[in-house]
Amino acid sequence: MSAQTMTGAEIILKALVDQGVEVIFGYPGGAVLPIYDALFKQNALRHILVRQEGGAVHSAEGYARSTGKVGVVLVTSGPGATNAVTGLTDALMDSIPVVCLTGQVPTHLIGNDAFQEADTTGITRPCTKHNYLVKDVKDLARVMHEAFYVARSGRPGPVVVDLPKDVQFASGPYIGPTELAHKSYRPQTKADSQRIQEAVELMARAKRPLFYCGGGVINSGPDASKKLTELIRLTGFPCTLTLMGLGVLPASDPLFLGMVGMHGTYESNMAMHDCDVMINIGARFDDRVTGRLAAFSPGSKKIHVDIDPSSINKNVRVDVPIVGDCASVIADLTRAWKARKGKADERGLQSWWKQIDGWRRRDCLRYEKTTKVIKPQYALDRLQTLTRSRETFITTEVGQHQMWAAQFMKFEKPNRWMTSGGLGTMGYGLPAAIGVQIAHPDALVIDVAGEASILMNIQEMSTAVQYQLPVKIFILNNQWMGMVRQWQELIHGGRYSQSYTESLPDFVKLAEAFGAVGLRAEKAGDVDGVIEEMIRVKRTVIVDVCVDQTENCFPMIPAGAAHNEMLLGPADKAEKPTSEEGMVLV
Amino acid sequence: MSTIERHTIAVLVDNEPGVLARVIGLFSGRGYNIESLTVAEVDAATHQSRITVVTTGTPMVIEQIKAQLARLVPVHGVHDLTAEGPCIERELALVKVRNVGQERVEALRIADIFRARAVDSTIESFVFEISGATEKLNAFIGLMADLGEVEVSRTGVVAIARGATVGSPMGGREPVKRSSKPIR
Repeated sequence: MSAQTMTGAEIILKALVDQGVEVIFGYPGGAVLPIYDALFKQNALRHILVRQEGGAVHSAEGYARSTGKVGVVLVTSGPGATNAVTGLTDALMDSIPVVCLTGQVPTHLIGNDAFQEADTTGITRPCTKHNYLVKDVKDLARVMHEAFYVARSGRPGPVVVDLPKDVQFASGPYIGPTELAHKSYRPQTKADSQRIQEAVELMARAKRPLFYCGGGVINSGPDASKKLTELIRLTGFPCTLTLMGLGVLPASDPLFLGMVGMHGTYESNMAMHDCDVMINIGARFDDRVTGRLAAFSPGSKKIHVDIDPSSINKNVRVDVPIVGDCASVIADLTRAWKARKGKADERGLQSWWKQIDGWRRRDCLRYEKTTKVIKPQYALDRLQTLTRSRETFITTEVGQHQMWAAQFMKFEKPNRWMTSGGLGTMGYGLPAAIGVQIAHPDALVIDVAGEASILMNIQEMSTAVQYQLPVKIFILNNQWMGMVRQWQELIHGGRYSQSYTESLPDFVKLAEAFGAVGLRAEKAGDVDGVIEEMIRVKRTVIVDVCVDQTENCFPMIPAGAAHNEMLLGPADKAEKPTSEEGMVLV
Repeated sequence: MSTIERHTIAVLVDNEPGVLARVIGLFSGRGYNIESLTVAEVDAATHQSRITVVTTGTPMVIEQIKAQLARLVPVHGVHDLTAEGPCIERELALVKVRNVGQERVEALRIADIFRARAVDSTIESFVFEISGATEKLNAFIGLMADLGEVEVSRTGVVAIARGATVGSPMGGREPVKRSSKPIR
């Protein structure tokens, strides 16, 4: 088979098409002009022009997270690449498959401090799963295909391919995606059967079992969530989900205890603390989840399923480590459970559920019902109710509104919830919503935002309007960096250093200036009306919801505290002042 | 508290640009220790290099280091030589010592005891080449320092497992059995 010869730029686009790519998010510049020229001459790939490269990566993340495909980014050298760094780090932390193509100065100028030169592979080495600098057009096609393989295999993540301009012009051979195994990177997907047996034995003997599942299940594909839901229902065990895992088990399922962690539900965190067998599937014992490690679930045997061996025994010692892909492991566990005629300890399980129901009765997400101000929780409660019957995708920015959205929006399916979990990137939500809407043109896509976060990537309004994307930006506007303010109130004696925003824009006029629709709710009575109007209008909409400025997000495990030391509301004062160790935690 | 252990880890990697930076960056980025690190290509046909790294940490940290190394894309295998049975560790040092008179004679005598070889000499200096375990080199350098002004260049540890097994368990290859008898 003789290889086709084409230019580097053509090889790049052909490789994208052969990898099943339909959309790329990008921004042109000097070092990628040959690729943009080749883009101009074809119709197979759609290019979405963002307004800043950081937005391109978050859009690709939203696209990837909502479809399960690899998101693709194309940016220029130097500032194009450095602007992409935050998004790449975000994708690394949340295991989102992204391939980011960066232009580079021609090979003979590399190292010369040329115009718009940056050491892109050097800068992105710690914030990508892997990266490549292609110095010879002969390697280009192979590297392109390898980048996609690495991005989506094992624990997914971002991959950068740095492309010097002379390589884009040069002619070379094109080879298609091959079935050949990668020479070194072959992550284990099938679990050790001995471990599966050990896990099932532990589960069968458990008196107080708990499933604790996370984003790894979503990355494993929608089938993994389906199989997991079956397994959970088969066992009758309670289940809690991480921020990244919301939607893995339908929120309406009675076995679902709500989110776990710092702002998780009382019942979830108490169950984490008191369980005797913890079945962690695709979660990583993140510090937002564990609270004080020394007091984390002290009495439980722990099973941990993860495709990344380095996640196992990193923060928490586990008893049964299982390395494998979630879908495959869940299928194995289900088979073994059935074969064992698996029955849980019925009496134990019954009294465990009784205890959990007691915790549930604390109704930890309750908030003051008032018509004097708009409580942010009320606004989200109404948003949930009024969007329930629709195909809805939610993205968020980062802060209080994000945690409230996680608590109040109910996800029945995976891939419907896009949020920056690991890195906590303010400015993520709007570009992510754009990526989601591109992938799902007819769905209702809502960015639950705060007024501070939204300003971090507000320029992407222009992108949304250009492509006539009917994304909805639902701002819970309290004029504060709410989560910063909350910590300053709880830990720093109410000294609100730099957390109030003066001179905010008029978001209604801002929307109009971008050519979008602006709506505002100032009273509790306005909320339903603006939500209905927002849904009705088939255009980009900003909704400015003026919420209670002093509301804090509860429940909360204060920094350095354990799961059974939660604060449930403003009346709850921590029994002990935050410890010195707690103070230094973020 | 868990005790701090010292482990010698061999990492087989593709010899490609940036691979050493990837490994070193992993150690600095995650706050792991490097006591020594050596690297050279060991298989010219497949362009594979072997990195020998000596590190310290609690057993949990050592386990993390191995898992983190193993998931780097260009890494073919990670081999904890300390944990996986007896191994040989060697270092090579070039030790320059500047002295005259009685001290110079003593330096030569000690070099002989340590089986160090003089590879350069002037009227007022020697350069000794010495190889052996880290402790032996430390002892030799300590003695030389008592006998004059010294300058030292060391390779860091290279290590290999004892026994007839070749290549295992690196790179996921099957252990290669060799029938040849050990040399007496």
